[in-house]
Amino acid sequence: MRGGFAALATAMLRGFVRDRTALFFTILFPLMFLVVFGGIFKDPGTPRAKIAEIGQVALLDQAPPASISKVLDITKEPDRAKALEAVRKGDYAAAVEADGDRLVVHYSAADQVKAGIVQGILGSIVDEANRAGAPPKFTLSAEQVEDASLKPIQYLTPGLLAWAISMGGTFGAALTLVEWRRKKILRRIRLAPVSTFTVVSARVWISILIALAQTGIFVAVASIPFFGLRLSPTWWMTIPMVVCATLAFLSIGLVAGAFTKTGEAASAVANLIVLPMAFLSGAFFPLDNAPSWLKNVASVLPMRHAVLGIQDVMVKGLPWTSVLPEMGILLGFALVVGFLATRLFTWDDV
Amino acid sequence: MGPTIVVDEIRKHYKDVKAVDGVSFVVEEGEFFGILGPNGAGKTTTLEIVEGLRAADSGRVTVFGEQPWPRNQRLLPRIGVQLQASSFFERLTAREQLRTFAALYGVPAARADEMLDVVGLAEKAGTRCEKLSGGQMQRLSIACALVHNPDLVFLDEPTAALDPQARRNLWDLLRDINHRGRTVVLTTHYLDEAETLCDRVAIMDHGRILESGPPAALVRGLDSPTRISIEHGLLPEAAARELSGVERVTDDGVILTLLTREPAGVLAALAERNALRGLEVRGATLEDVFLELTGREYRA
Repeated sequence: MRGGFAALATAMLRGFVRDRTALFFTILFPLMFLVVFGGIFKDPGTPRAKIAEIGQVALLDQAPPASISKVLDITKEPDRAKALEAVRKGDYAAAVEADGDRLVVHYSAADQVKAGIVQGILGSIVDEANRAGAPPKFTLSAEQVEDASLKPIQYLTPGLLAWAISMGGTFGAALTLVEWRRKKILRRIRLAPVSTFTVVSARVWISILIALAQTGIFVAVASIPFFGLRLSPTWWMTIPMVVCATLAFLSIGLVAGAFTKTGEAASAVANLIVLPMAFLSGAFFPLDNAPSWLKNVASVLPMRHAVLGIQDVMVKGLPWTSVLPEMGILLGFALVVGFLATRLFTWDDV
Repeated sequence: MGPTIVVDEIRKHYKDVKAVDGVSFVVEEGEFFGILGPNGAGKTTTLEIVEGLRAADSGRVTVFGEQPWPRNQRLLPRIGVQLQASSFFERLTAREQLRTFAALYGVPAARADEMLDVVGLAEKAGTRCEKLSGGQMQRLSIACALVHNPDLVFLDEPTAALDPQARRNLWDLLRDINHRGRTVVLTTHYLDEAETLCDRVAIMDHGRILESGPPAALVRGLDSPTRISIEHGLLPEAAARELSGVERVTDDGVILTLLTREPAGVLAALAERNALRGLEVRGATLEDVFLELTGREYRA
């Protein structure tokens, strides 16, 4: 019945819009993450390594200051013991002293990454000094493969958006189901001449509507010049991607709502599923450096596919056909888990 | 057309609890039927089986000649149900609530607004359901049950937890619904409610119907004495005991009470002695029938 569908959808939408907590957790909370992360990682440049120069190190003093100061922050430190102590404490990445023609680098094992960087830089300075005069045969020119605009906001937005959608979809479905059952509204609806299909599709439509609203708000905020998100030409494929992701997360919420009895239990279960999944799926940070077993685990999670798919079309500018497999996986997941939800579904507590 | 509801020997057991244990009754069209009983007597379960919310383990139920279980789409538009708990959509106003239910039944919004008037909630139309008082919620939930003009209305303890004014107002509303030709089935544990509203009551306990019939007939059947009470000091207790037809006399220092099965003679005798100040005559009530049948011990 058409009237029934519209009435239920309206009732759900009103219930959602008037629920401050739900509004906060689905819209504002993820947006806060975007603002915070977007602010923190705004300038991704490696900070210059601070090193101490013990006494006079001719090699450092002679090197062209412009090129060195780009990567090293050199402080003169006349007292050797004090300099070494400072390295131990982590105030300096390394301390350098000249021993005749030998350049000695003191470093701490505590920060091996920085120590490694410093050793590499100093090594190249030594090399350059050794072949002074001879013109270099090979030169290295580093170029980023992505558009130079791939700033952190470009991967933060798709990841956080996927997380926001998962919260909206999972919590929305689980809480509606549990609360409606607990307050006997499901029972009351059951006594009215509307089909289960009508009730479920009303919820699906509202969830999709909310997810698209989240997408709009996210993109709008990320696009302000301060964050500087740049959409790819195939960004419009984000919309069907978001719809598929919403369906997958809805199905998770319906299962969570089917076997929990109270709203609190339903939120706890939804949280237990969504939060670890968000971390494992690279919603908050890229998984590029993650161990391969973790990537394998991630590949079975719907959120991983949501993150990748949205990334591909929203910022990476891959052709729209490239996300069809991702969409298929999400829809398949939604179907399987959704079917499970119908098996677990009960109208009543008792 | 046969009776509106026919219930024949239904049973529903949960593990070792016999919630409904062989209940049969018939409700005719236009009747106001009450199911009376202490808490946990099986009233609600019986009602739920008749409404089609639950399947009976055995026995037969027909409503308008059709079986309510499994969910019967032909029956749903003809029955209106008010559940024990007020089940409302969260965060909707009274008007939105009623309009939503109206739409579920394909009833226009105007009819919903009209119904709001009928239950006296027009002023509260814009108030969220959560902010309504107990009585207002109860009235709204009855309005939700009636919005599609059902032929048969089920009410599960509609006046539980209401103050006396709200109860009386609700009674008027229910009586009015019944006078418009609707069949009403109600459960209650208030005896005065059953006595004033119902054409017929069934007294239930431990999943069975102990007695059923018009309230007046049940009371008459009990054959209990009439209580006549007058002010203390008008008549000595001993003299009262002398009166013919008096079975028992008690005097608590405020009121003198006489129990008799021949109230006319006793009243005449009291009038002769000019001892009628503060007179009160009370016959047996449904409460006496109820207590007689279900005993006096506390219930869960």
